[in-house]
Formats: sequence, C-alpha cells, structure tokens
Amino acid sequence: MSSRRAAIVAGIVVLVALPFVISEDYYINIASQILLYAIFALGIDVLVGYAGLVSLGHAGLFGIAAYIVANVLAAGYGHTVAIVAALIGGLIATAGFAAVALRSVGITFIMITLALGEIIWGLAYRWISVTNGDNGISVTTRPAPFGLSLASPRGFYDATLIVFLLAMAAMAIFVSSPLGAALAGTRDQPRRMNALGYHVWMIRFLAFLFSGFLSSVSGILFVYYNEFISPQALALPASAAGLLMAIAGGAGTLFGPVVGSALVVIVQNVVSAYITRWNFMLGAIFVAIVVFMPEGLVPGSVRFGRAIWRAARGRKPTPSDRASATPIGGPRL
Amino acid sequence: MSALAVKTLSKSFGGLRVTTNVNLSVEPGERRLIIGPNGAGKTTLFNLITGELAPDSGAVLLFDRNITRTASRKRAHLGMARTYQIITLFPRDTILHNAMLALLGLSTLRWNPFTRLSRQQHLMARARAALGRVGLEHMAGRPLAETSYGEKRRVEIAMALAQEPRVLLLDEPFAGLSIDERRDVRELLKSIPRDVTVIMIEHDMDTALDLVDRITLLHFGEVIVEGTRAEVVADPRTREVYLGE
Amino acid sequence: MSFWLLLTVNSITFGGLLFLLSAGFSLIFGLMRIPNLTHGSMFMVGAYLGSTFLSGALGFTSDFWVAAILSAIEVAVLGAVMERLLLRRLAGQPLAQVLVTLGVSLMVADLCLMGWGGDPISVATPEGLGGFVRAGPAVFPLYRVAVIGIAVVFAVVLWLMLDRTRLGAKIRAGVDDPQMARVVGIRVSQLFTIVFGLGAGLAGFAGMIGAPILSVYPGLDQDMLPLALVVVILGGTGSLLGSFVGSILIGFIYNFGQALLPELAYFVLFLPMVIVLVVRPQGLFGGQIL
Repeated sequence: MSSRRAAIVAGIVVLVALPFVISEDYYINIASQILLYAIFALGIDVLVGYAGLVSLGHAGLFGIAAYIVANVLAAGYGHTVAIVAALIGGLIATAGFAAVALRSVGITFIMITLALGEIIWGLAYRWISVTNGDNGISVTTRPAPFGLSLASPRGFYDATLIVFLLAMAAMAIFVSSPLGAALAGTRDQPRRMNALGYHVWMIRFLAFLFSGFLSSVSGILFVYYNEFISPQALALPASAAGLLMAIAGGAGTLFGPVVGSALVVIVQNVVSAYITRWNFMLGAIFVAIVVFMPEGLVPGSVRFGRAIWRAARGRKPTPSDRASATPIGGPRL
Repeated sequence: MSALAVKTLSKSFGGLRVTTNVNLSVEPGERRLIIGPNGAGKTTLFNLITGELAPDSGAVLLFDRNITRTASRKRAHLGMARTYQIITLFPRDTILHNAMLALLGLSTLRWNPFTRLSRQQHLMARARAALGRVGLEHMAGRPLAETSYGEKRRVEIAMALAQEPRVLLLDEPFAGLSIDERRDVRELLKSIPRDVTVIMIEHDMDTALDLVDRITLLHFGEVIVEGTRAEVVADPRTREVYLGE
Repeated sequence: MSFWLLLTVNSITFGGLLFLLSAGFSLIFGLMRIPNLTHGSMFMVGAYLGSTFLSGALGFTSDFWVAAILSAIEVAVLGAVMERLLLRRLAGQPLAQVLVTLGVSLMVADLCLMGWGGDPISVATPEGLGGFVRAGPAVFPLYRVAVIGIAVVFAVVLWLMLDRTRLGAKIRAGVDDPQMARVVGIRVSQLFTIVFGLGAGLAGFAGMIGAPILSVYPGLDQDMLPLALVVVILGGTGSLLGSFVGSILIGFIYNFGQALLPELAYFVLFLPMVIVLVVRPQGLFGGQIL
C-alpha cells in the first residue's frame, strides 16, 4: 500500500516537474495531448474494462462536447457558460446514446455504438448550419481561470494536468466504491448480479454516464487545445484510437489507459513527422496488440518480464502465470 | 399462509411445453425437495419462481403476495435467494469480496460511487460471519479461482444465506461434489434455521432424502406425485418414472 | 410528380446496392457471429480496383462488366485470405476478431489513399446503359433501373443458393447452430472462409456497380459501413430476407431524408434503428435465414 502511494506521489511529482525539465513547447504540447487523451481513454475504460462493454462510438460523445463549446463561444457567451453547457449537453447526449446502446450487450453492443458514433459523425459533417461541415469551427480564445492564462503551452499543460489528476482521482474512487464493485460484478456475472438484487441495466447506464462525462471533459480540453473542431475528430478512426488507448495499456486497470494514451500520441506524433500514414499505423498497432498482447501492454509486459525472470532462474512457468495471461480486469479478447 | 405458492404455472419454448399447469404450496419453514429425471423442467420451474423467466400463464406468490409480475431483482429484496446448478461466482475476486457482493445487493450502499468498499467495516464483518457459517472464514482472502469445487459450492450457499432469505432455492447443491464435500454441504444445509424455507432440486432422490419434509416429483414439466418422503417413495408412479417400468 | 417518382427509383436503386453490400455482411454475421468491419472497405476496394481496370492503367482496357467481375473476384480472394490468416488465429474470440477487422479496415483505407490519391474518381456508366427510360411523365436513368434488376437477380440467386444447394444447406446449418453443424460433419472452418470470401466479393461487386452513381473517394468505406450496420440491425442478423427488406427501407429513408432534410439525412437513419431496437431487438426478421 505505501509503495503504491509512493509511486503515485512520484508520478505526480514527475508530471508537475515536466515543464521545468523539458522546456520546448513541442514536447510540452505532446504531454498535454497525452493527458487529455488519457482522460478520454479512462472514459472508454470505464465501459471496456469495468463493464465489459466495448464501445466504438465514443468519439461522437467527445465531439458533441467540443462542438457545444465552439458553438456557445461563437454565440458570444463566455468560457464558463460554454464549458458548463458542454458538460450538460455531453451528459444528455450520453444518456440518449446509452439508452439505445444498452438494449444489447456483447458484439451487438459494438455494432450499435459504431452505428451511433457514425451517425453523430454524419451530423457533424452534414449539419452545416451548426457545425460548418468539413471546414470545422475555430475557437479563438482559451479560458483564463482565476486570471491564469492558458494561452501558452505551459499554461495549458498545467490546467490539463489538474483536470487529468482530478479525473484519475474520480476514477480511482469510482472503481473501488460499492458501485464500482457492482459494475465489475455485472461484467463477470450479470445474471447472478440480477439474482442478488442488483439493477444491472441501471448500473451499466450510470457507468455509461460517467464514461460519457469523462469523454466530454476530454472533448472540451481537445477543442481548447486545438482551438478548432472538425468532423475528423469524431470519425471512426478517432473512436478506434480511443479504444486502442484503453486496451493497449491494459483495460480494467487504472494506469493502463494512461500508458495507452502515451503510446498512441507518441507514435502518432513521431510517425506524422516522417510519413503521413497515421491511420495505417493505427490499424497495424491495433491488429498487433489484439493478436499478440490481448491483455494490454502493462499486464502483458509484466507477464513477459516474469517469464523471462523465471527462465533466467531456470524455473518453469507456473499455472498462475499462464492464468494471468488472460486479460486482467478487461474483457476476454 | 404458505411461504411460496405456485398456481397453475405454464411455460413453453416454441412448441415445447416445459412447465405444464404446475401447482405448488410450500409451508413456512418447510424443506421441500423437487426431483425428476433430466429434462423434467426442474430448473425452468426455479427460473419461473425467481422471475428469470416469465411464465405464459399462472401465478407465483411469496407469503401471499403475488410476485408474478415483479422483476426478478426485486424478488431478492422480498426475501428470495437462489443458487445455480452451474456455479456462477466472481472468480477474479476473493471469497470475501464474493460474500460482500451478496450483502451489498440488498443494501442501498450499492449505489454509492464515492466511498471505498474496503472501508465498509460493518459489511465486511457480516460477510466474514456469513463465511463463518459455512466454515470458510479462515480463507476469506483467497481468490475464488484458487478454491476447490466444494469450497465454491459453500461460498455460493454462504452468499445466499448472507442475504437472510425467507425462501431459499437450491439448484442441485450436491452436483459434482466428492463424498467428503457432500457430507460438509449436508451438515451445512441441516444447520439452516427453520425460519428459512428451503426448496431444493435434486436429480437423484437418495442424496437429499433425509434433509427434507416433503417431495414433489416432476416429469415432463408436470407434477406427478407430491407428498411426504414415505408417500412419494412408496408411490408406484415414482418407480415408473425412475425405473421406466 | 416526376420528382417523387425519380426519388422513388433512386431509393430502390440505392436499396439494391445496399442489399448487395449487406447480404454478405449479414451472412458472415450469421455464421461467424461477428460484424465484419472491413465490409465498407471491401466495397471501396472493389470500386477502386474496377475503376483501375476501366482506366486502362494496367495496359489493357476492360469492359465495365468484366471489370466488375474481376474486382469482385479479387476482393473475394482478399476476404478469404484475411479470414485464413487473421481471423482463423483468433477462433472463438469474437471480440478480438471484431477488433482485428477494425484494424484492417483502417489500414485498407490508408492504403487506398496511398494508391489512388485523395481525389474522387468518377466511373462512366457502362455502354448502352447511359440513356433514359420514359414512363409516362417521368424519365429515369437507364443504369439505375439496371442496378435494380441486378440486385433482384442476385437476391434470387442467393436465395436459390441458400435454399437449394448443398453449400446453402451447410451455411443454413452453420447459421442455425455451429456446434451441431460440426457434429454432423460439416467443415465449419472451410465454410467460414467460403462465406467470408463470398460476402467480400459481393461487397466488392456492389462497390463497382455503385461507382457510376456514387463515384469512388476516400471515406466511401466509412459512408457505407454504417449503412450496412443499420440494415442488419433493422433486418435481423443472418437473415437474407431481413437484409433485403432492411436495404429497401434504408434506401428510401436515406434518399428521401437527403431530399427533404439534407442536413439531417444521416440522423434520420437513426430513427428506424432506435424503433426496431426498442420494439424488436432481434431485428425485423431475426432468426429467419431466408
């Protein structure tokens, strides 16, 4: 327990100290992207890792919040109004999305979320009077809470870090709460949970709302970071990237989505510096992770590390090593 | 007043009638055994009683309250608990966590997303007590996946008992157990206080005969014989069903 | 008046294209229990390959129909290879299979962008079908009527194949109960490859047939895949009749939506899907193969 706490404190210290160590804007911006996408990945992980529900439409929820911010600002309101409206609007959209998607579970759930996500994308693309279509909407200013400007990469990083830490704390509290335990129960044995007196649908619905809330928070940060929103941010590759972040690091773990976000953002930035074939890379990583490391990078590396350690000491793998090769916390891939 | 009453209950799947006009009345505190060969519709009857299946016609009454249209999760809150023929537990979690989930299911605490489950001392003490009743308190911290089949069966019964049900439905509690494990489970079932009504499904009559007061014999979804142990054992129709005479 | 008639014909034409696309999608789903998320990609690749055959870039200029058949065969082989190399490795893990098809669809989209560039490619209407049909006050493009005919022919052929042939009987058995099919000696894994290839080939063919109407452009895959999903959610997975009825329905809703509420055309699709999910979650014809 104390070593875990020490690791968390060390992690926070590193994140806070980061801009002092690497002062170039380019790297600070990448760090901001990692943190804002990590919030998105956490949101997806609530469903994928803890509810066992794989969503391929979350970029739609992310995008709705971003579009609300852009539209409210364009209508002449301030940042507070825009952010509150985006959070409320994001929750309402999530509720509708969840009510439809939760008619089903398993593979059909994936299909429905994909279709819903594409419909939201289609709206962003064609509802030109609201979204300005393919040209997108620009946001010209960033908020300045308590007089602290977020205009600089440094200021934006600090704000994103605070939001990220709050999101992590919320997630940590949620997953160890009674409701979080009930959610994990519905993932493993929905029928038994029902017989024990739990309202399985409502538990999933509430988890969906939490997931949509985190996605909205991330979408708000995204539109301020880029100072721009266009349908591309809502398209299927964006949902796929979010899902990849959630499972690449290890679904159903607290730090997996953060690792996954770092992986995807770094690869995307490194790759796009050399070639423009980002979607190809995204697809290839997806296939590779699913085929070779279905439990995700964090548990997968732990497993490989253990196996190597054992091999070095000349011992055979124990059954529990093999057992842990199945996805921990996440759905069976 | 009966603890559980089933009135002219019927259910078919497609054209196949799996429950036909079943009537059942179980007194408070009674131990009832429901037997019948494979495919007699025993588990279907349980699923109709707990509400996991909706009947085509008929009614289910719990202490004279009509619960036919009550959602199955709400029946748990009204004092109905069950175990499954195929063990359905939470293998990734500890035995203690399994027991806590059973208690949490009936507590309003289950909606709380803010507090830590591991800080719920009261709930944890009750979960330990429930495990104590089945003799598993000493291994409460062990992951369920690392326990034997007989221990899992006891965990399942502990979870059902932890909910302090008024009516307990046990679906083949002896299935797959070794002789020693059967003895443990038998002692455990004997120790259940009489304020709990117990209805038990068994495939094989001899296993649970001495644990029950009355027996209902089901065959092709219909009640064939019902009566005391001696009556059912002596009934020629029982032999017919079991020996195919 | 003629506007509405034309819109009706366009709707049925689009429904016919959707049927060619979604029939394979639905069969694959019925048999393998996974949505093939590369199905939109197959449609797009079919159209791109066909346009290349037509353009003469390969040193010969082929006829439109030859191009359509060639690209259908190529796409069918691609589908079968993907089934063998990737999905086979993940047998029994439906979630992993779905995610792999998702990954492949992203890769294919990018490869097409690399190969054929970002500009839309228009495909000429095949010779002899460039004219118009007159029916009373209305004038219809001949090609659109021809597409309806092709879709009907394919519907009948698929129906006969499923209803009358040995292969069809095996597929029906597999859709009904894969375990049982295996027990009675059907090589289910071989069936998977055949059906996957067949479904992919149909999608590729549909892509080329649709190209004179829709043209070919990056993102065509993403436009078509959700339509196939909605058709199958509406009609019921694994049901040929369901894909037929669902396709025609969506053809109408999509075209009329675009004409009447151009900005919300995509959103209008959402309504029948929601209604069906609420009222009849298994789809209109769920559980019926034919």
